[in-house]
Amino acid sequence: MSWLTQTLSSSIGKKLVMALTGLFLCTFLIVHLVGNLQVFKSDEGLAFNSYTVFMTTNPFIKTISWGLYAMILLHAIDGLYLAYVNRRARGSVGYKRFDNQSSWASRNMAILGTVLFLFIVVHMANFWYSYNFGEVPYKRYTVDLTEGRLLNTEVMPEDYRLSTKMEQSLNEEGTAKTVIVKDLFSRVERTFSNPLVVLFYLLGVAALAYHMAHGFWSAFQTVGLNHPKYTPLIQGIGLWIFGILIPVIFAAMPVYIFFRNAM
Amino acid sequence: MDANANMHLTLNVWRQRNNSTEGGFVTYEVSDVSPDMSFLEMLDVLNERLVHEGKEPIAFDHDCREGICGSCSMYINGRPHGPLKGVATCQLHMRSFKSGDTIAIEPWRAVAFPVIKDLVTDRTAFDRIIASGGFVSVNTGNARDANSIPVRKENADDAFMAASCIGCGACVAACKNSSAMLFVSAKISQLALLPQGQTERKIRAEKMVAQMDSEGFGACSNTGACSAECPKEISLDTIARTNREYLGAKMTSSAV
Ligand code: HEM
Ligand code: SF4
Ligand code: FES
Repeated sequence: MSWLTQTLSSSIGKKLVMALTGLFLCTFLIVHLVGNLQVFKSDEGLAFNSYTVFMTTNPFIKTISWGLYAMILLHAIDGLYLAYVNRRARGSVGYKRFDNQSSWASRNMAILGTVLFLFIVVHMANFWYSYNFGEVPYKRYTVDLTEGRLLNTEVMPEDYRLSTKMEQSLNEEGTAKTVIVKDLFSRVERTFSNPLVVLFYLLGVAALAYHMAHGFWSAFQTVGLNHPKYTPLIQGIGLWIFGILIPVIFAAMPVYIFFRNAM
Repeated sequence: MDANANMHLTLNVWRQRNNSTEGGFVTYEVSDVSPDMSFLEMLDVLNERLVHEGKEPIAFDHDCREGICGSCSMYINGRPHGPLKGVATCQLHMRSFKSGDTIAIEPWRAVAFPVIKDLVTDRTAFDRIIASGGFVSVNTGNARDANSIPVRKENADDAFMAASCIGCGACVAACKNSSAMLFVSAKISQLALLPQGQTERKIRAEKMVAQMDSEGFGACSNTGACSAECPKEISLDTIARTNREYLGAKMTSSAV
């Protein structure tokens, strides 16, 4: 297998790892975005909380998420190592004038990535850690099934615990449903009531936007996919969808929750 | 102002005695520069003056002075080969500057291109990369009858474009990573596109990339600064091709 280690430790091989892990992270972004659209619903977090239970209990998704954590670490370590090797190749004496004909994002992927990494750590501490290991209260929702309307909600006492994350029951007539679920949404609302946290999230999303504006296209180039028929399309998707649309929707989430709370 | 009037310039030139001493910038005022002089002729005039004054002339590489040898390497005002697109320093004329301008002139900066003296860098790393596989081993003889070896027109055009690389190293100099990918990709592309290059296609990609890495050039971040500064405007497609050639060769060659 020495050919494989040789390949992966070559400059092109290290970039191959960046491109494959990076594109995997891009697909994750879409899933994460679509799922989190639930925060825009006005159902006091019922859909969001149920979705959270699904994402953290489904065995297939749990396996993928551990893969995802590994990919983030691999991408970050390989990226920072590349940045180090590349910096060293330039040497200690720089140019007095350096009027580089390239995009700012393409030259600062490692700085953008480091901001992203810090963001991911804080983001996981905010939600992933408190959901799995912290104290998240339960909430009870009663839903009228005939009209699909939320009848009432009740925050359970702080020390209320279930053996599972969610329990559902129907009334005798089968016209109403009671759901008791871990209320991560209350954490989301509390976290985004702090304007400094909202600003930090906007910074993270801005770093993502620039990382994607160069990274999405770059990954295709790295794996050797460059063709006059498709490259303009790939660059367009990288800029408009991954660099602008996705970050704007992500940014809207903390901003929306902040103003909804403040109203 | 008369466009043909002689110009006055301030030059900030990197001077360095040799590789083991530290260098620094020295400022020179030059007058009576004709806008029709080439950049190298302007330096020649300054050097003549320095020699008359009993000073050490500025060392810089040059040979053909017609844009084909690739030796006239210098970083001019923050850009390799100066401000024009698709032009080597020897083809740059003083009319591209204004009288009164200050011009910074520096050597290529890359660990793999150590400074020999002043603006002259040692670019034999490129020669070693070529020697590692940038050739066809057998003598392919005289030019054949046209059409006796069919070559697609597109391949012939792309190979010719790639073959126009003059090995100047501006790509390395412009790259924030000092990556040699554009140069190596031009050479790999040129041979991968033509029938004569097929026999050694895989081993060539493997060896040239390995040599490039061992010379201490950085990896490619796809910033595109290389292609934007290349005097022959070698395109980034060649880099994608090299990624394909190298990864494909590594996965399928018989070298285990
Ligand atoms: C949501 C998170 C992220 C996504 C979707 C992502 C995606 C990508 C993609 C697609 C590329 C292009 C790969 C290529 O040029 O072949 C890339 C490059 C890069 N990423 Fe990320 N990335 C993420 C997070 C990070 C993190 C946390 C770091 C590290 C600290 C990082 C550091 C880098 C670096 C340094 C490069 C440039 C490598 C180079 O071209 O030299 N990224 N990223
Ligand atoms: S690819 Fe262009 S910039 Fe690089 S060595 Fe060849 S001619 Fe010079
Ligand atoms: S001196 Fe030959 S290319 Fe400039």
